[in-house]
Amino acid sequence: MGFGENFNFRKLKDGLKKTKDKLFNSISETLQGKAILDEKVYEELEEILVTSDIGYDVSMQIIDRTREGMLTEKDRSYEKVIEILEKQLSKVLSKYEDKVTISDKIKANKPYVMLIIGVNGAGKTTTVAKLAHNFKKDGLKVVIGSADTFRAAANEQLEIWANRVGVEVFQKEKGSDPSAVAFETLEYAINENSDVVIIDTAGRLHTKSNLMEELSKIKRVLQKVIPSAPHDVFLVIDGNTGQNGLVQAKEFSKYAELSGLIITKLDGTAKGGIIFQICSELKIPLKYIGVGESVEDLQSFNPSEFAKAFFE
Amino acid sequence: MLEDLTLKLENVLKKVTGQGKLSEENISETLREIRRVLLDADVNYKVAKKFIDDVKVDALGKEVLTSVTPGQLITKIIYDKLTDLLGGNNKELTLNPTGVTIILMVGLQGSGKTTFAGKLAKFLKSKKRNVLLTAADIYRPAAIDQLKMLGKSIDVPVFSIDGSKDAVKIAEESLKYAKENHLNTIIVDTAGRLHVDKELMDEVVNIKKAINPTEILFVVDSMTGQDAVNSAKSFHDEVDFDGIILSKMDGDTRGGCALSIKAIVDKPIKFLSIGEKLDEIEVFYPERLASRILGKGDIISFVEKAQQQFDEKEAQDLEKKLLENKFDLEDFLKQIKMIKKMGSLQSLISMIPGVNKALKNQQIDDRELVKVESIIQSMTKKERKTPDILNGSRRMRIARGSGNSIQDVNRLLKQFKEMQKMMKMLKTRGGAKNILKNFR
Repeated sequence: MGFGENFNFRKLKDGLKKTKDKLFNSISETLQGKAILDEKVYEELEEILVTSDIGYDVSMQIIDRTREGMLTEKDRSYEKVIEILEKQLSKVLSKYEDKVTISDKIKANKPYVMLIIGVNGAGKTTTVAKLAHNFKKDGLKVVIGSADTFRAAANEQLEIWANRVGVEVFQKEKGSDPSAVAFETLEYAINENSDVVIIDTAGRLHTKSNLMEELSKIKRVLQKVIPSAPHDVFLVIDGNTGQNGLVQAKEFSKYAELSGLIITKLDGTAKGGIIFQICSELKIPLKYIGVGESVEDLQSFNPSEFAKAFFE
Repeated sequence: MLEDLTLKLENVLKKVTGQGKLSEENISETLREIRRVLLDADVNYKVAKKFIDDVKVDALGKEVLTSVTPGQLITKIIYDKLTDLLGGNNKELTLNPTGVTIILMVGLQGSGKTTFAGKLAKFLKSKKRNVLLTAADIYRPAAIDQLKMLGKSIDVPVFSIDGSKDAVKIAEESLKYAKENHLNTIIVDTAGRLHVDKELMDEVVNIKKAINPTEILFVVDSMTGQDAVNSAKSFHDEVDFDGIILSKMDGDTRGGCALSIKAIVDKPIKFLSIGEKLDEIEVFYPERLASRILGKGDIISFVEKAQQQFDEKEAQDLEKKLLENKFDLEDFLKQIKMIKKMGSLQSLISMIPGVNKALKNQQIDDRELVKVESIIQSMTKKERKTPDILNGSRRMRIARGSGNSIQDVNRLLKQFKEMQKMMKMLKTRGGAKNILKNFR
């Protein structure tokens, strides 16, 4: 296991249990005892997939491919249908897995710089704290840059988190230029010989072009200090998000090239199915999933393990 | 050009061809399309299904106005029904004239409760209420600081108990504080919580019991997907909220979750929260949201325009003429004028969703219409009634008189002849449907 990774199979399974139960157990329920795969079965599959926020078109594609797959199958059991569906879904998620891992990047860059972006209320700040916790646990020196200079008490929130996790946070007064915070955080991190810099940004709706421009600026400013920075730009998506998630991801990617996704709040009943569309449209991997409120609850995403937990 | 006009004629023809009433057959395609639109807008799967089924039952057998297609009419019916549903049970915020009005904010994490609490405080302050904000989110780091800062920026006092880990007590104490200080409105901001978190749901129920709120407002992120039904249902079952607030409406989400929630719990949508600044609060207009969910505001205005502009009687006359095979260039000119009344052709066509995609992509030049009009206007009455008499010299005269080339005139006449031929075929039994296929 590399740096900053947090993988607890049991916990992942617990966190995903609801998701898994909802999605695949209901598929099992649907199919159990139905040797004949009639239209009704496919309609029920459609309902299960659509209600996971996978999206209508993608659900249809998955069902069509499953249907095609079943054509040549002698085995008409529900296990077989699930197996084929599983493959369809996990293929999407594993397709864009990074060849260069975060660990590799941390070894190659000092400091390694991560930029965290997303819409309001997606869970960026909490995620930043959890990420910092993961890295610190691995003995890395972490600095968080508090580039949310807009929201009331954002600084205070991050400071409390940083204290809890035991890492340093660099911040300026509310209303400062966020790119100045980013710039100075990097300089500070270099001075302090830090290993990892995580820049937290203000939540912004992707429809606000001036705020989106600000992201490009933060990125440019980071590059002034370290030309290869940011080494990763992660978009945080609320697991409750519907089809607008894809629009969000596309817009954000226009202003700051995304290298991965983090999906949060998967400990509720939402299934986060929109990630399938985002990953395949933007050709980026899912890196972490948030499955709870404690600092331990950000899990590294490993497609094969995830798929196993998802379908087990 | 004439092909475009025949599309309009299709509308007139449909009575002849059994399209005059909404039937399972002539609306099924549109309903399928709308179902998909609803799902893309994040309306819950089951809700969308039931909604469409209900509309269908109501709509079957309805008369179709001559100027619109069954697909357009059913879209309009759906829009109206959607508007009714979204606006149903509408009720303004209850503000007690005497005593303390207590407003409790609840919702999932990150839905926008604290920001909205600040907005509502500012809004109510402008309505001359003496407002107190209560900081009862004891979990999220710095949530209390955030509310204090918001309060300070709008000059509204914020009640909090430093270091307290008892949200119920904070709420109770704030009520006491309000009474002692003659503040008649308190807004209690609570922690975001997952509806499956038993402990935290119990906490919010206990807050409710302790302070007996006048209004409980459920704040929901308008970008929420299919799961909105589950969280709304749980919050409804636990605290029985009085109203819904849709937040982050300044994004480009279609906001279908609002329909899901309305269908599951019939509570009014009271406000929209549309930005990060504290005056960005809006009262809710159901028709705007209905258009946004359908993404088809244009088709609605098209149907309305058509209803206004198309003279029913004229259309009936036309229909009669078509049946008697007496449709001539004079009638054709009337058609053009009617269409012109409705606005530019390009904009009209772009308003028709899915009707003719190929047509939409073509650049439609309104000057073409003017050209056809000018050619017909250069004809004598007799020529218009009996185009067959148009020989070479007459055509030359018309071309010169209207400022067009002889080819333009010939093209118009040829296309008109073809139209007439098709009309004739209509009279032969069974031919009607085949012809309509050609029009599409």
